[in-house]
Amino acid sequence: MHGIPRKALTEEEQGASSLKSAKLRDLQSQVLHFHHNKIYTEEAIEISAKLLESNPEHYTGWNYRKLAVQYRLDRRSEDGVDSESIQSILDEELRVVENALKKNFKSYGAWHHRKWVLSKGHSSTDRELRLLSKFQKLDSRNFHAWNYRRFITALKKIPDEEELQYTTDMIYDNFSNYSAWHNRSVLLSNLMEKGGKQYDKENVLGEEYEFVRNALFTDPDDQSGWFYHLWLLDQTLKQEPVFLSSWPPNGSNLYLSLDGRLKGQQSLPILHFQSKARKFPLVLYFSEAVEGVSSSTVTVEYQDGDSLLWTPLSANNFGFSQAWLTYLKFPDEVPSSEALPVKVTIAHFPGITSSKGMPCSQSCHISFSVCVTSDDQEHSEVQSSHRISWKEENFKARATQSLEANLLHSFSKLEITKENKPSTPKWSMEIISTEIAHCRELLSSTNCKIGKLTLARLLMAHKTLISYGIPDDGTEVHYEDILALYQDLMKMDPAHICYYEDGYTLVLLKQLTSNIESLLKHCDRYQESSSPSTNPYLCVRLNGLSLSRIGSTEHLLWVQMLDLSHNELRSIEGLETLQLLSCLKLSHNRLCSFTSLEPLKKLKYLEVLDISHNEIGAHSIDTRRYLCSSPLTHAVGGDWYFQKFVDGDVKLNNHWDAYLLFKDLNLVQLEMIGNAVGDERFKAFLLKLMPELKWLDGEKCR
Amino acid sequence: MEETALYPPIEPSNFDLIVIGTGLPESIIASAASAAGKTVLHLDPNPFYGSHFASLPLNDLVSFLQSQSQSQSQSQFESQPSQTSDDYASTPLVTRPLYSALEFNSYSSDPIDSSRKFNLDMAGPRVFLCSDSMINLILKTEINQYMEFKSVDACFLSDAEGKLENVPDSRSAIFKNRSLSLPEKNQLMKFFKLVQGHFGSESEEDKISEQDLESPFVEFLTKMGLSQKLKSIILYTIVLADYDQGNLKVCKDVIDTKSGINRLALYHSSIGRFSNANGAIIYPIYGQGELPQAFCRRAAVKGCIYVLRMPIVAVLMDKDGGAYKGVKLGSGQELFSSQLILAPHLTIPSTLAPAEQVTTCHDVRLSDTKEKVARGICIAKNSVNPEVANCLVFFPPRSLYPEQITSVRVLQLSGNVAVCPSGMFVTYLSAICDTAVEGKKLLSAAMDALFCMPISGNSGNSETDNLCELTEGKPCLLWSTLYIQELTTFQGAFHSINYTPMPDEHLHYNNLLDATEKLFQEIYPNEDFFPTISVSDDLQDDGGSEQDP
Repeated sequence: MHGIPRKALTEEEQGASSLKSAKLRDLQSQVLHFHHNKIYTEEAIEISAKLLESNPEHYTGWNYRKLAVQYRLDRRSEDGVDSESIQSILDEELRVVENALKKNFKSYGAWHHRKWVLSKGHSSTDRELRLLSKFQKLDSRNFHAWNYRRFITALKKIPDEEELQYTTDMIYDNFSNYSAWHNRSVLLSNLMEKGGKQYDKENVLGEEYEFVRNALFTDPDDQSGWFYHLWLLDQTLKQEPVFLSSWPPNGSNLYLSLDGRLKGQQSLPILHFQSKARKFPLVLYFSEAVEGVSSSTVTVEYQDGDSLLWTPLSANNFGFSQAWLTYLKFPDEVPSSEALPVKVTIAHFPGITSSKGMPCSQSCHISFSVCVTSDDQEHSEVQSSHRISWKEENFKARATQSLEANLLHSFSKLEITKENKPSTPKWSMEIISTEIAHCRELLSSTNCKIGKLTLARLLMAHKTLISYGIPDDGTEVHYEDILALYQDLMKMDPAHICYYEDGYTLVLLKQLTSNIESLLKHCDRYQESSSPSTNPYLCVRLNGLSLSRIGSTEHLLWVQMLDLSHNELRSIEGLETLQLLSCLKLSHNRLCSFTSLEPLKKLKYLEVLDISHNEIGAHSIDTRRYLCSSPLTHAVGGDWYFQKFVDGDVKLNNHWDAYLLFKDLNLVQLEMIGNAVGDERFKAFLLKLMPELKWLDGEKCR
Repeated sequence: MEETALYPPIEPSNFDLIVIGTGLPESIIASAASAAGKTVLHLDPNPFYGSHFASLPLNDLVSFLQSQSQSQSQSQFESQPSQTSDDYASTPLVTRPLYSALEFNSYSSDPIDSSRKFNLDMAGPRVFLCSDSMINLILKTEINQYMEFKSVDACFLSDAEGKLENVPDSRSAIFKNRSLSLPEKNQLMKFFKLVQGHFGSESEEDKISEQDLESPFVEFLTKMGLSQKLKSIILYTIVLADYDQGNLKVCKDVIDTKSGINRLALYHSSIGRFSNANGAIIYPIYGQGELPQAFCRRAAVKGCIYVLRMPIVAVLMDKDGGAYKGVKLGSGQELFSSQLILAPHLTIPSTLAPAEQVTTCHDVRLSDTKEKVARGICIAKNSVNPEVANCLVFFPPRSLYPEQITSVRVLQLSGNVAVCPSGMFVTYLSAICDTAVEGKKLLSAAMDALFCMPISGNSGNSETDNLCELTEGKPCLLWSTLYIQELTTFQGAFHSINYTPMPDEHLHYNNLLDATEKLFQEIYPNEDFFPTISVSDDLQDDGGSEQDP
């Protein structure tokens, strides 16, 4: 029950409770004895009832009863069908469950047993509904009872409309009822799916927004209504996953070379790709996590034409990912002067599905061409021998480089086009605008954090809809307003500051990547002043922006050099989509373990990494590390040669997380000064682990 | 004498206290005095309990109202005061008419035909808040075993057209309400929380400032940014202000913030006090007349002697000092006590009063200029709102017509509280007023708003009943009465003779109970007003066992 404080036990009660537990132990051992010896006599069953009625949490007891009931039912059916005696056996079970629930009405085992009895189909569902109404009077928010209610109504085939009315009544009674709101969302989802005029999505959402609005205005501090509002918002924006962007970009001309030299084609340095294996990555980016990207759903027409293996680029292993990766190979014998066309078709037939179950139903095409340049051995090793210094003087203002502007302009083409425009209906904009107006009205008189958060989400939704090309209806939304809301929230509710920082970061990154001009402000050309001959990098510099996470990477798939220093990054999840990344600066952030750098393992071209001045090793307990792969998980697989590298050094034994990370990286340069780890022995361990490493903390080591 | 033969003599003839009249205050005092161990004789000339607080069958109500609307001396009944023993001076008791301007309208014979199925409150409309001090006393004295209650389902605010709007008196009522705007919902709930914070919180920050507490409540509400409509709802339906608080200069009873929020907090603590009550308000099954009767039963259990149908003809005074000695009954018997409690409708004529009791004479004559309460009872076949059976309706000042300066309060009850035959509805109305004309104008306007009057007037023709049954969607009146009741109360007239308070103009009993307790403490300064007997009272409090399950 909610809001009832616990009282400490008196001495008398303590005595009674120890007496009770002695009794329980006795009953328990008896029941276990019956269970092991398959004794299903009336006396034995009676004793199990006693046990369960005083301790409904005894799962084995319930299992024993199920077996006993089954045994007795089987015996009865051998004797010939006698519905009355079956009835009496099952009624007895219901009685025991009822007594057990009186003891603890949140007992999972007891509710489950009841479901099991009811699913036999001999018991009255009406009686169950009456029982439920008693339980819900006792505690209207008991989710066990709601859960069971859904089971019974399905069994009894009560129409969803009727149940919807029931949730309305319960909410009218007391709208602080998460369970009732939740059941409402379940029922409406079903009804909307069935469709029909009355449950047309637009109508339903409009009415529900109005319904919940009354709760939000009446008591803005109550969160249950806001949670329902969040569900409604989600439903409003729900749409098919769409293809967002790719690398190489649509319409581009890619130069593939074996070395690092540009020959004449100075125009597009970032479309120049160096690979000794004559292959390059192809990345597809979707609006949400999808599954089903494979050679049967995506066809790639190019010279080789081999069927391609697609892998998801995502931190979780559920098979869903926003970004998908494959490699295109170009064999040696290809003539160097010719541009070879590549055509990618993301087919519309079912196959690619979002994690919410929505299929990607629109087909779309991208095409680009590839020029393979001939070998030029004399320069092949030059670039990698230089240390990337990240010094300010090596960055040249991008303003002089109009070609980058041109290039980025061509990238903007792979934003939403008519072909892959989402099917979001126009009314969703009306709904969002109405909700923004109401939310602003509420906030004008009430300072309420969840209201502010909702407004920030609504404004962001508005921005998203605009980006989908749905006409604006006069509501002006600025990124600055959304950022200000998050900053307010950080001050108002410091307990959840990390959540708000993440929200802030996502908005900020969205703003920075929303158009070419703003993105260009963060692009600089990097060129070693001492060696002007090497290839210039186009570096995206997102340093000093208080970023706490990674986002909006769909606009950054082309980035090879990225500066994320002086931020608040705790995680770099999402960086794995930037497949071309070769230089990455993460210094002066709040990364606190090697496991938090796991996404880097998917970046096959990463050579230069700066993780100096973070908090790696500073926290003795890193809870995250148990979510990632470890010697204890299967993910590590067979290549576990940790001991070989540790070489008996006890102090290094703790660094299995460093081993797991760096064994898969091919770094040439690493900065890690300013972390809690990094003594000489550890450095020696790293050198052993990464044979390619040439620069470690600014010193040439090979 | 045949009459006297009807009355067997009462034994003993000496008491600590004699109480005349079985109205609520008299019954409480009789019960409290018995509980304190006093010997008490409780007399009533009427054949029923409750006097002016009784619930009566329709015909009995009519005849009681009529009998109490004209002055009649008890001494006419027994015309020979000379029979008094020589030791005492006999002063005849005079009945003061409490009711005036009686008006009866019968549009159908149905109600009269089933007269005995009615339990009509004489002092209606009246209800309990679950947390009222009267409910606490009922639980403390355990007379809840003699009574049963039912919830009043809804409260409405009405305009002159009788358009009823639900009173948003709780969180869920605000949520459900269809007539408030969203910002109003927000303001109102915020205000409720502010008041809850004032009472519930330890921190000084949440307290309402002293200065605000002393300011007029209406000004505080304005300061808190509540809309006109919300102010009206709080002032007239929850705080139950009688007078228009909108014009503080002419308002006779300005409610200050302190009492305003106290009332609001009492209202909110009433919601959910008893698990089987729906809202804040309950009503006793069989009518409010059950309440004095329950106190009488408790008094009887504690040894109080009851005699109904017993007229009292005179008060006996000491010949020398004029001090009170006893009473002379209609039977001729003389009984003696140290204290006498008189119901407010009984007076001792001023001319006969000893010289030192000047103040009393003064009071009696003043009564004409004092305020009155207009009461009305309507019987109809349909509910004023088809969705509810028992409900309160409030007409705040200026809602009926611009010159309306006092609230009209209306209580509709159905057969499910056993006050009328099922299929009929009884509606009580009341309003405080200066003159009978004004009072009747107020009630008539409210009745016009809620009911439609049968076209054919006062005939008992059932055909016309059917014709007008639901004209304009309003229920049709079958029967109605209007009457004006005096409010003047005598206090501390004679030494050892005390008057109980009148049925007041309020919807609750709080003021009556306070006055009664005060009166008891005056008579017995050393006795507890219902001493707490055992711990079991507290348990009773939580269980709400007085409710019909």
